[in-house]
Amino acid sequence: MPHKVISLISVGRHPQSGRSRRADQDSRAVELGLKLAGTDLDVVHAGSSQEPVLRQYAGMGLPKVTVLEQDESADALVSIADYLKSEKADIVLTGVRAESGESSGMTPYILSEQLGWPIVARVADIVDIKEGEAQVLLALPRGQRRQVTVKLPFIASIDNAAEAARQSAFGPGLRAKMDSQKGSTVEDSVRVDWSEAPAKARPKRLKIVKAKTAADRFKAATAKPQGGSGKVMKNESAQEQAQAIFDLLIEEKVIR
Amino acid sequence: MVIDWLPSVLIVVLLALGVIGALRRVSLWRAGQPEKVNLIAGLLAMPGRYLKDLHHVVERDKYMSRTHVATGGGFVLSMVLVLIVHVFNVQQQIVAWALIGALLIMLTGAFFVFKRRLNPPERLSKGPWMRLPKSLIIYSLTFIVLTLPAAGILPDASGSVLMIAVLSVGIVIGLGELLFGMGWGGPMKHAFAGALHLAFHRRSERFGGGRSTGLKPVNLDGDVLGVAKPSDFKWNQLLGFDACVQCGKCQAMCPAFAAGQPLNPKKLIQDMVVGLAGGTDANYAGSPYPGKEVGNAKGGPNEIITAGLVSQETLWSCTTCRACVEECPMMIEHVDAIVDMRRFLTMEKGETPNKGSEVLENIIATDNPGGYAPGSRTNWAADQNLAVMKEKKETDVLFWVSDGAFDMRSQRILRAFVKLMKHANVDVAILGDEERDSGDVARRLGDDATFQSLAQRNLATLGQYKFKKIVTTDPHAYHCLRNEYADFDKEGALEGVEVLHHTTFLNQLVQSGALKLDAFKGGKVTYHDPCYLGRYNGEYEAPRELLRSLGIEIAEMERSGFRSRCCGGGGGAPITDIPGERRIADMRMEDASTTGAELVAVGCQQCTAMLEGVVEPRPVVKDISEILVDQLAEEVH
Ligand code: SF4
Ligand code: SF4
Repeated sequence: MPHKVISLISVGRHPQSGRSRRADQDSRAVELGLKLAGTDLDVVHAGSSQEPVLRQYAGMGLPKVTVLEQDESADALVSIADYLKSEKADIVLTGVRAESGESSGMTPYILSEQLGWPIVARVADIVDIKEGEAQVLLALPRGQRRQVTVKLPFIASIDNAAEAARQSAFGPGLRAKMDSQKGSTVEDSVRVDWSEAPAKARPKRLKIVKAKTAADRFKAATAKPQGGSGKVMKNESAQEQAQAIFDLLIEEKVIR
Repeated sequence: MVIDWLPSVLIVVLLALGVIGALRRVSLWRAGQPEKVNLIAGLLAMPGRYLKDLHHVVERDKYMSRTHVATGGGFVLSMVLVLIVHVFNVQQQIVAWALIGALLIMLTGAFFVFKRRLNPPERLSKGPWMRLPKSLIIYSLTFIVLTLPAAGILPDASGSVLMIAVLSVGIVIGLGELLFGMGWGGPMKHAFAGALHLAFHRRSERFGGGRSTGLKPVNLDGDVLGVAKPSDFKWNQLLGFDACVQCGKCQAMCPAFAAGQPLNPKKLIQDMVVGLAGGTDANYAGSPYPGKEVGNAKGGPNEIITAGLVSQETLWSCTTCRACVEECPMMIEHVDAIVDMRRFLTMEKGETPNKGSEVLENIIATDNPGGYAPGSRTNWAADQNLAVMKEKKETDVLFWVSDGAFDMRSQRILRAFVKLMKHANVDVAILGDEERDSGDVARRLGDDATFQSLAQRNLATLGQYKFKKIVTTDPHAYHCLRNEYADFDKEGALEGVEVLHHTTFLNQLVQSGALKLDAFKGGKVTYHDPCYLGRYNGEYEAPRELLRSLGIEIAEMERSGFRSRCCGGGGGAPITDIPGERRIADMRMEDASTTGAELVAVGCQQCTAMLEGVVEPRPVVKDISEILVDQLAEEVH
């Protein structure tokens, strides 16, 4: 029995140009969805069907995109939750974090809470689905993977380690159908009060590598960050603890 | 006698069969897409095009051009006279003598064709083409004998049944090849298809010494973008493929073929013929695509080309250097066909290989292939004190910087050129961050949608400002601006604007005395013609004149000027990176080293990158502006 797979897509933002694009993780979610369900994959966007970026997703070979029509000020979560409740989905794929909007990374969690489904975070691949269970590979740092088994239905957020999205072809993208459905009109009350400003780059601490040989440098570049120099101060008085922090700040030249 | 009539009947029958075959051939071409051509004007222009333009190319091989004039001319003339003498039975001795004369000319030509075929070079196809000179000789000999009585030399030999039988066999073999074969796909097809191809050529501007190198835009509203099946080509493109004589001149010039990549332009055109007629390549008797066996390709007018006829790697091996087009005596347009098929792969299938998809995505999102922040485009010029159009609005020279702005090596070329302009007090400005990629790479990779979008946005920007000239150090941008933007320039942003390559512009400055240069004192210098400057735009002279003005005597490579060998950097080839046995850049550097030069002068940042990528020891590579800047005459204060 084929499984119903839904990939949620949003409008991404290119890190260099700030221009709209298909979001990296979302398009990986579409790629994985295509692998699992072929063109039966349901790709869902909450927003405007006029959005040109949807054509970039569609160019991956999607015959249609489901668009839950809503205003920009409306809460996309409501539209999506309503839609998912009405569709009997087995697997819902999202990105870990959107590239625009609030970009809080909360979408999959809130959806899982509302639907009462489990969530698997940072998925690299879904290897197999059988007997109502899926074998899922989770992405861990440094290329490590962990295999878990999850009962259907579930929500998975797709990590950057998942298979990269295929090329988007202009022609099919142009011709794909935008299947408009009514989305929510509930205003995103939190967001309306927000104002957006470009982020300031945070100062980064320079990493001083003292390695003498190439092998050392290689190790320094690839080794896991080692703790060890830290100190746990539980029993000291507040005075001593504050002093220790103060000393460290001076030592690191944060304050002079 | 009873069978006196046999020769005339045979002539008429073979002629009729030939005509039927020809009509069938025409119907094959008509399966292609409509394209407007002026049929009457084309037909009227055809003899002139044959005599002037086609022979201009054939002339490069004197042996072949004389041979062809004798054989072809002799045949056409003799055929007309054969009809007069042997079908309409005009009994005039003088006509018969004229016929014998024509046949003798043809016989001589055919003899030389035969001689060349004794030990044919590798580029020539064998198979039926080896038979052709023999058929030609049989035809001329047969009709000479047949005409002798009419000329009054022999008594009427019609008495001998044996004689007539022998001559009839000769007619069947000779005219079978010439008339029947012409219509039914034999080697002589080239005469019929070639003549019509000249008449209905898609780029008629090429005749009379003109140049037409800009790719044709894709209609983005079409049902299918690019060419998926042979029938998606324009009808006159199909006709063009059919004109191929399998001379292999294209193959001999093709850098990808020489590098052992799976491309052979001749085979490609023959595969297109297989596609338009339907069938397999089993009868192909020429060199294969390197590394691929002949005999496995199958196709038909309505079958997807890349599903069995031509492999994708073949299409992506091409550097779009146009060496094949330049060399083709039949003026066939290989590059158009290759890019047409790439368009389908990129815009319909999303299958641009290797880095192609990443580069295209970058261009779409950032207007440069590297994916750099558009706001950092002018960082290279932070210390150059260059005026920006946004503030200046009007200038004499607009310097089109191109994507070299993001590349440290190319920036050295840019700086050198700016210094030269400053020295000559040129009134110059740049677009700064308003400039975008010209769209060259996107277009050659088959993404015409992105190219068109870039062209339109660049033109909109250019349209806001006033300038007399656009000068660029990048021949690819030069080609786009000069030859390809016009299709989209609705507002006339480039109308009346002179688009120049920097070598042309610098040469003007030097010749007018605005730039004073000291003599060059280094060692031997050779010059590499960039394809997009030379073959695409016909600029061979300015760079050479510049070098000469430094007192340099150029040590020319064997392949230079219009026969220059590509550096391997065009057409997105470094991006799609199809493996071969050698690298094209290495071969080109070998050409340069053979001259004994210590310095290779180039006029293109892409060529610089490709040639500098060759492992040392090798000659030094410098853009002409870098060479000039070192020779700037010290100002006397
Ligand atoms: S395409 Fe042109 S150059 Fe190549 S083999 Fe045919 S006729 Fe000769
Ligand atoms: S354009 Fe150049 S690389 Fe492409 S087929 Fe012709 S000769 Fe070969």
